[in-house]
Amino acid sequence: MVEPLLKVSGLEAWYGESHILHGIDFEIGRGELVTLLGRNGAGKTTTLRSIMGIVGKRKGSVTFEGRETVGQPSNQIARRGIAYCPEERGIFSSLNVEENLLLPPIVKPGGMTLAEIYKLFPNLEERKRSQGTKLSGGEQQMLAIGRILRTGASLLLFDEPTEGLAPVIVQRIGDIIRTLKERGFTILLVEQNFHFAATVADRHYVVENGRVIDTVDKASVEQSLGKLQAYLGV
Amino acid sequence: MFDFLGIPPQALFGQMLLGLINGAFYAMLSLGLAVIFGMLNVINFAHGAQYMMGAFAAWLLLGILDIPFWASLVIAPILVGLFGIVLERLLLKRLYHLDHLYGFLLTFGLSLVIEGLFRWQWGSSGAPYPSPIPGGYNLGFMFLPTYRGFVVVAALVICLVTWYAIERTKLGAYLRAATENPTLVNAFGINVPRLITITYGAGVALAALAGVLAAPIQQVSALMGTNLVLVVFAVVVIGGMGSIMGSIVTGFGLGLVEGMTKVFYPPASNTVIFVVMAIVLLIKPAGLFGQTK
Repeated sequence: MVEPLLKVSGLEAWYGESHILHGIDFEIGRGELVTLLGRNGAGKTTTLRSIMGIVGKRKGSVTFEGRETVGQPSNQIARRGIAYCPEERGIFSSLNVEENLLLPPIVKPGGMTLAEIYKLFPNLEERKRSQGTKLSGGEQQMLAIGRILRTGASLLLFDEPTEGLAPVIVQRIGDIIRTLKERGFTILLVEQNFHFAATVADRHYVVENGRVIDTVDKASVEQSLGKLQAYLGV
Repeated sequence: MFDFLGIPPQALFGQMLLGLINGAFYAMLSLGLAVIFGMLNVINFAHGAQYMMGAFAAWLLLGILDIPFWASLVIAPILVGLFGIVLERLLLKRLYHLDHLYGFLLTFGLSLVIEGLFRWQWGSSGAPYPSPIPGGYNLGFMFLPTYRGFVVVAALVICLVTWYAIERTKLGAYLRAATENPTLVNAFGINVPRLITITYGAGVALAALAGVLAAPIQQVSALMGTNLVLVVFAVVVIGGMGSIMGSIVTGFGLGLVEGMTKVFYPPASNTVIFVVMAIVLLIKPAGLFGQTK
């Protein structure tokens, strides 16, 4: 049995007094693309933030490459090779596009070069001297994705990369995510847009009330469509 | 030479130079305050005391160890900067999650304690520090003491180097990003708590550097920073809290405004900066270079 790249077991998390995650369990193998599906407020974003170590308090276990990360500060978790693309994108307004791209430090060898990233996102190169937050929503999302590809991190956490974007941009982002998977990145994707998620993922975990309540493999998505729609309330 | 509005040129240019020198100190000190406020969200009221410590460090290094001015220019800021780092690690870091007011109160209290200790040890009358470059030039319309000219140039260089470090370097990009969103910058693998400590140390060192430069001009005394820091706070408010270029331009500009007021209407020279502050706050509450959040 190959050890999973990331293994989450019994993960609980709190924001102040509120207990958000009640025991999340799932795993991702190297090179896989896995999604967390679920309604608003189910705990998907909190799961990503807990893996990154940026919630108030966490309990349980998150191992990356076989080593525990719970208890480490988030800057050390990032240095282990996990990179995070937040839902609100987190583009810095006091930095221009290129400074935003170059901000996350290289943590391991093997990341993409700036030239490769510009090849993937030609818009960003054209606007590299613009203020980061002057870009359109789609461009900001691409900047937020592009920014974490340089670092050499092997696991990428994407939080709703298609939220609020036009269908043609959603398609672009889908293509990019597939390209990244082909390039060997392991990806954990949080999505509300199931139709988008179904086209890219190897496996789906359904999150509800801070727990993983079901797992659906790519092969059985067709049969499970009714069940999934019930979970997501669509 | 001719008179200008009935003012002899010696008086006019003399006050202009004095204004420029005061402005140089306003700029250097408000720059440090702006850097610290941007990153720590703390209004560092101890800035005046740290400036005084810089001057004292130079004076003690000379008096006890016979270390010359030029070496003190490097050593004193490092010593006082390290003192700042200890303060940050021991005390300030416990206040970041609280309102600005707590950081302000802590640093205010610290400045009282520090100044009290220095006054207790060395009194408040002050001690002279010999000028490292005595002499001067007769420019025809005025006499320029060499050291004073040097201070203005040195302050400009210090301000521009600081501006460059923050706006154009990688470390500066980390600083700007961490000012906006420290959690995310930390999650990218940058040790933000350490960055904060370094920033405070650097801001304090900047105050101390200004103190060393001031030593040969002013008397080295325990209270030399007290009055200055009030004016510097006004400069920071006028320039816009947290704006680097704003601090530099406003610092020099207000020094000149103050100098000119001394020529044309001396009674107002002590209050003119606060009058400007009131007007700016009425018209542009975020300051001349500040951004409304």
